[in-house]
Amino acid sequence: MYAKDYHDLGTPAAKGDSVTLDIALEIDGVPVSVPAGTTIMRAAALADHDVPKLCATDTLKQFGSCRVCLVEIEGRKGFPASCTTEVAAGMKVRTQSDALTKMRRGVLELYVSEHPMGSCPDSSRCELETLAADHGIGESRYAGAKTARHTHTPKPVDASNPYFRFDNDLCIVCSRCVRACEETQGTFALTIEGRGLESRVSASQDQPFLESECVSCGACVEACPTGALMEKTIVTAALPQKAVTTTCAYCGVGCSLVAEVSDGAVSRMVPNRDGRANQGHACVKGRFAYGYATHQDRVTKPLIRKNITDDWTEVSWDEAIRYAASEFKRIQAKYGRDSIGGITSSRCTNEETFLVQKLVRAAFGTNNVDTCARVCHSPTGYGLKHTLGESAGTQEFVSVQHADVIVVIGASPTEAHPVFASQMKRRLRAGAKLIVVDPRAIPLVKSVHVEADYHLRLLPGTNVAVINALAHVIVTEGLTKDQYIADRCEKDSWEKWKKFVSDPVNSPESMEKITGVKAELIRGAARLYAQGPNSAIYYGLGVTEHSQGSTMVMGIANLAMATGNLGREGVGVSPLRGQNNVQGSCDMGSFPHEFSGYRHVSDDATRALFESMWKVSLSGEQGLRIPNMFEAALDGSFKGMYIQGEDLAQSDPNTSHVTAALSALECLVIQDIFHNETAKYAHVFLPGTSFLEKDGTFTNAERRISRVRKVIEPLCGYADWEVTVHLSNALGYPMNYTHPSQIMDEIAALTPTFTGVSYEKLDRLGSIQWPCNDKAPSGTPTMHVGSFVRGKGKFYVTAYVPTNERTSSKYPLLLTTGRILSQYNVGAQTRRTANLAWHSEDRLELHPHDAEARGIDHGDWVGVTSRAGDTVLRVEITDRVAPGVVYTTFHFPESGANLITTDNSDWATNCPEYKVTAVQVVKVAQPAAWQRRRQAAVPASPKRRRNEESPVG
Amino acid sequence: MEIERLVAMANDIAAFFDSEPDKAVAVEGVRFHMSRFWEARMRRAIIAHVQAGGEGLTPTARSAAALLTAPP
Repeated sequence: MYAKDYHDLGTPAAKGDSVTLDIALEIDGVPVSVPAGTTIMRAAALADHDVPKLCATDTLKQFGSCRVCLVEIEGRKGFPASCTTEVAAGMKVRTQSDALTKMRRGVLELYVSEHPMGSCPDSSRCELETLAADHGIGESRYAGAKTARHTHTPKPVDASNPYFRFDNDLCIVCSRCVRACEETQGTFALTIEGRGLESRVSASQDQPFLESECVSCGACVEACPTGALMEKTIVTAALPQKAVTTTCAYCGVGCSLVAEVSDGAVSRMVPNRDGRANQGHACVKGRFAYGYATHQDRVTKPLIRKNITDDWTEVSWDEAIRYAASEFKRIQAKYGRDSIGGITSSRCTNEETFLVQKLVRAAFGTNNVDTCARVCHSPTGYGLKHTLGESAGTQEFVSVQHADVIVVIGASPTEAHPVFASQMKRRLRAGAKLIVVDPRAIPLVKSVHVEADYHLRLLPGTNVAVINALAHVIVTEGLTKDQYIADRCEKDSWEKWKKFVSDPVNSPESMEKITGVKAELIRGAARLYAQGPNSAIYYGLGVTEHSQGSTMVMGIANLAMATGNLGREGVGVSPLRGQNNVQGSCDMGSFPHEFSGYRHVSDDATRALFESMWKVSLSGEQGLRIPNMFEAALDGSFKGMYIQGEDLAQSDPNTSHVTAALSALECLVIQDIFHNETAKYAHVFLPGTSFLEKDGTFTNAERRISRVRKVIEPLCGYADWEVTVHLSNALGYPMNYTHPSQIMDEIAALTPTFTGVSYEKLDRLGSIQWPCNDKAPSGTPTMHVGSFVRGKGKFYVTAYVPTNERTSSKYPLLLTTGRILSQYNVGAQTRRTANLAWHSEDRLELHPHDAEARGIDHGDWVGVTSRAGDTVLRVEITDRVAPGVVYTTFHFPESGANLITTDNSDWATNCPEYKVTAVQVVKVAQPAAWQRRRQAAVPASPKRRRNEESPVG
Repeated sequence: MEIERLVAMANDIAAFFDSEPDKAVAVEGVRFHMSRFWEARMRRAIIAHVQAGGEGLTPTARSAAALLTAPP
């Protein structure tokens, strides 16, 4: 069911060419004017003359089955359904009359015969019982005649899904759930089975929800007008005392959510109907998997220890902060100013991220600051900045509804960006064409009512060869938009690139042996993309996490420029950001070479601006990147780190190399909500806060800045930004913020793309897509309209350079990695929720041919060995992967996926090459010894001492 | 800084710019990239390595590193 205060207008807004025409009519004697195509039900609701309804809701197309919403129209016979009847000029409608009331009572009484009054866990949340009570119905005259649905085919309550239950006895078969599954989510897992009185909602082949194709997005639960489908959390919860609009902290879609709070705790999370990014939808993570925020593993007291082999000791905030500051000062005095640094987090807010980089630059006095975007989308920033002039995606999500051809490269939106995937699938069902470029048969390649026109199933590591081959076809077949290029791009760079891609060495035929993709598929896909007319590229980490990640991003931009697919709705280049605030953390100046707004630290004018505001002298020398910090730690020149909300020991490649570097530090300060893998190497643990416990903003993949609002008080007493303030003050660099809005004001004052952003404006507009300034006071949904941010677009020559990571007789298979819907990144959050019901371990996907050659059966344990290390995983045999390619997710630390990934990285940004690792796979009897030890003794919290004297003297 | 790692990084950068037909432009591309993105101790290390013969560096990477200005 919807939020209590949600005014459901009954049917969606009119769409089409005629919506600008206003139609004047009269409803219950009141003059009303609405766009042409509007239903009577919606027009009446807009005039606050709501018509009773059951099967209608404004999130779904009108259905016309319940017969409750009948109205009278002057001059027309009968009683038309207001949900399916459009307004007409001069129409006079009556929504209330004795005749209508009598008919509605009759219909409602029949419904109540199957769903007796008082049968819902909470009648006030049941639309049927509320409506029946409004019509004076206490019990049905037909109640004694129990229907076949209840007496002949009784079904127990289906409580298989960990988050919601289905009680068939409360179902009125209105089909809202079925339609939500189809229209909103696009999974088509639900149907109405049987006929007449035998009709009932069925998941897949009449299976329990958990075993069905249901992806647990919850759209059906929210659409249900009764208690038939209901969140388990609210079956017994009191009605919410408050509802707080905030932003999801999972993927880069950045869904706007409403947290309902009952008795001081979150009782339910529902998508915000006005959320521009998610359009009123959510996924299994955002809607349901928020329980980690109050999980027993939360660390809420500061901890310190002198050596990483010691037990932890709980201390006061003052002592922890004082110790961390004194250690950083000691290290800098001994080893120099540049011997320490910090890491910002894409999970934290813009304000927190901005403060950490400010602390490093202003209080530490160095530019040794980096962010976890280093290991995911840093090539996006580099590639798009160089070609187009801005380090960000070009579109807003709704732009996909105008695309004729959708290209998905190295991404699996249904798994990693599910809410946007639902929007994309809606457009595909409406007829858009689909090209998938991926080594793996991602779900989008073929699912219900969606099938890729082309699946370019390339070998891992050959993206650039494919993009060059696509460009070769487009250029040599004369499919470029020459006037667009002449108007908007650098002539010299265009000529040079044109000559480069025209070289026969880049033809699909030449590249076939490298990419493994048949030339005719490349040619067909290239023609389809070029001819659009609106072609949009969406890409993910399968593009960036390669030794040629930045080259590939440039190649994508080249292709879009050459075909005129930038600068309007329905086209563009859109990186699908992995974490909620990857875009924001990059925007906020988290990289060691640039301030907020992507301005290099060596730029004197920019530096002077920051020095003036921050009242401190700043270094004009770029600092160390994360992998450089590891190298410097190992050579003894880097000794201290402050890491906020990032688990380097689990998420970064070549784990043994990372942990050796972390072990070499003299002071590692971790700020996190859980005692993560990296904390094993820390000397100070500062408790962090979840997104529910603080105010701030996130910036999603479409550059949309959205408010994060405090729902509950911080479990540890302080929001993350407050801890950074305390640390800075202890270091002797004063910070005096009392609310994150003041930090945003400072960001706006220092960052040209944020000039017009403030909390007041965010509250007023709901969200803002940057750039937001005098030229675009309400933000910029589509970038590069009319011209590129850099002026003329620049083509870059993108020669294919094979990765150093090659297969051999010793390592004959290529491993690539990815995510699964129910889990998120390193799993710190989702592993602490009931999402484990869907995915409780990482598995290695292996093609049947490779399995047979090795004598491996489904479910066997297999050893996976690379040049960097080895681990053991359970195997899943599937043709989702091609022969010679294996795949795994990386959500569980005990899987050790990064024990086997290598140090190879993108040439421009050092983004690790997670997507290509040569491995061998052999059958083994059981997990490795370290894995068995870990599984047997996963500590819920760090080993600690209490009430003792300070362990650090 | 492990010099083998820096040499590999420099060569990777050079491999991108080597597709540039004008070799002087390619060398400048590599030099500019290192001067903008490599931290001072990394630049110092690669400069010292070039001065010691530059073993392992590709011609473009070696030429670019030789043009780097020593950080203060």
